[in-house]
Amino acid sequence: MKAQQINWWAIFWIVLAALYFLLPMYGTLDFSLRMERNTISLKAYEIVFADPRFWRGFQYSTLMALITIVVSIILFVPTVYWMYLKVPQARPIMEIITILPFVIPTIVYVFGLIRTFSRPPFQLTLHAFTTDMLIVAGYVVISMPFMFRAIDVGMRALDVRTLTEAAQSLGSNWFQVLVYVIVPNLRVAILSGALISFATVMGELILASFLVRPALAPYMALLGLTKAYEPAALAIISYALTWFSLGLLQIVSQGGTTRQLTGR
Amino acid sequence: MGRFSSIRVLLCFAVPPRCKGTVVAMSTSPPPRYRNNAWREHPLWNWVGLVPFFLFIFLFLIIPSLNLFTGAFVTNKGFFTLENLSVFRNPLVLKAYMTSLQVSLLTAVIGGLFGFFVAAAITLGHPPRWMRSLIMTFSGLAANFGGVPLAFAFIATLGRTGFVTALLKEVCFPGPDGTQICPFNPYDHGFSLYSLTGLVLAYTYFQFPLMVLTITPALEGMRKEWREAAANLGASTWQYWRDIALPVLTPSILGASILLFGNAFGAYATAQALTGGSIPLVTIFVGQQIRGDVLGNPHEGYAMAMGMVVVMAITIVAYSMLQRQASRWMKV
Repeated sequence: MKAQQINWWAIFWIVLAALYFLLPMYGTLDFSLRMERNTISLKAYEIVFADPRFWRGFQYSTLMALITIVVSIILFVPTVYWMYLKVPQARPIMEIITILPFVIPTIVYVFGLIRTFSRPPFQLTLHAFTTDMLIVAGYVVISMPFMFRAIDVGMRALDVRTLTEAAQSLGSNWFQVLVYVIVPNLRVAILSGALISFATVMGELILASFLVRPALAPYMALLGLTKAYEPAALAIISYALTWFSLGLLQIVSQGGTTRQLTGR
Repeated sequence: MGRFSSIRVLLCFAVPPRCKGTVVAMSTSPPPRYRNNAWREHPLWNWVGLVPFFLFIFLFLIIPSLNLFTGAFVTNKGFFTLENLSVFRNPLVLKAYMTSLQVSLLTAVIGGLFGFFVAAAITLGHPPRWMRSLIMTFSGLAANFGGVPLAFAFIATLGRTGFVTALLKEVCFPGPDGTQICPFNPYDHGFSLYSLTGLVLAYTYFQFPLMVLTITPALEGMRKEWREAAANLGASTWQYWRDIALPVLTPSILGASILLFGNAFGAYATAQALTGGSIPLVTIFVGQQIRGDVLGNPHEGYAMAMGMVVVMAITIVAYSMLQRQASRWMKV
């Protein structure tokens, strides 16, 4: 009898949470379909998809996200690997560094970037290309807590030393150890880090907006100032993008980061 | 080391050509070619592999941060000064900080309580399994969700023409004099989505899932034996919660709430897109300062921005200290 009561209480909160999750989603979807009076239509989506600025933002953000992911992997995988193999005592320092992007709000961080890189000796904000380099560096920093943690967790499940020694005894050099042994074993960890980085960069407003680059989020914010239905359609598209990558992440990480091809 | 040599010896016996290029540093007696570069044995050599990472971090995280920090403590001509700290006496800046603190506190408490009840419901309430995994999945998604689309979602839901607003508006009764009375239109009661209340509602969307994610492990760590032992000693449910469960959970709850606080304090995009910058949060203020030096002194801007870092640093340190406290009970 008592268990029954507790259950109802629990279900009350769960339903409340589900409503909080779903009502805004439903509201947005409903709104985005009502551009034409009294009918359900995809007009708002058609307008968004016909806007070249949308495609430009989409292309730009996707490209930046991909470059960010590649740079993060090239930078963090060897670093974490080296830390596990040679300097485990570096861990506390690394942990503090990788949590810094949480401590420094993005708006403050972009302030620092602009102050540092808009004047000699490291003037990067003059040309589009160098600004893009700066923005990628910024994205790498912002997504570092996720990426680094993902790789760290994946690496923890590996017996790095044995794998390395086995590979070396078969004649591998450092590069081969990393590319043929460590990376394949980390593929789930790297993939989950990459997915969350992708979602972060695709939705990121502050860096692109203050460094004035044509990313997706600034375009959305701009559209939100003047239009009513198109932003709702864009929000749905953006939901779909983010939730697709984060949903994939949940599936991937449920597969377990401990699964490895070789070793232990 | 022992494991390595056995593998190596085995392989050398089995496939002699494989032994070419074996890394000799691992073998027990150092080979001749390393004797000339003894510096390779130096402990500092081990750090060499971290140099690219540290260079990157130094260039793109440490220098920009230090630049703001030093900027906050120099005059226009570059002399050291504490003058810029007077920005914290500027009523506009104070108001911004107060509003940000208020929003962060409110959403931390509301999101924290709501999230705690939801987490308790899915762990201690033993709902059907699919409900639990659904809530956890949604929490993982929603906690990472914010920014511009979230603002649009709330406008489409609770804005003037939003879907929930429209539903509430249509609840009407015939009044005593024959006219229709529609008492539930929130905009008739002073509600506005583009206000502090609206901002708190929108922030709660990503705050309470974060609470669910951070507090669920602590709730799972509550052992059934504690409850049974308490019941054996004659404790009521209320006494069990007051004397055992809550004291054990307090560091986790406090820690998670502090995390929520920091999460809201640094948020910019949702507020900007929802209110167009009309609510004076510190993040919004810093944004205006970057765009157009509204304070009239860039160095005061740096000081104001550094104030945020100080607040965030305090929250993160407090969070990790409380986490350590909480983990005392988590050891299984």
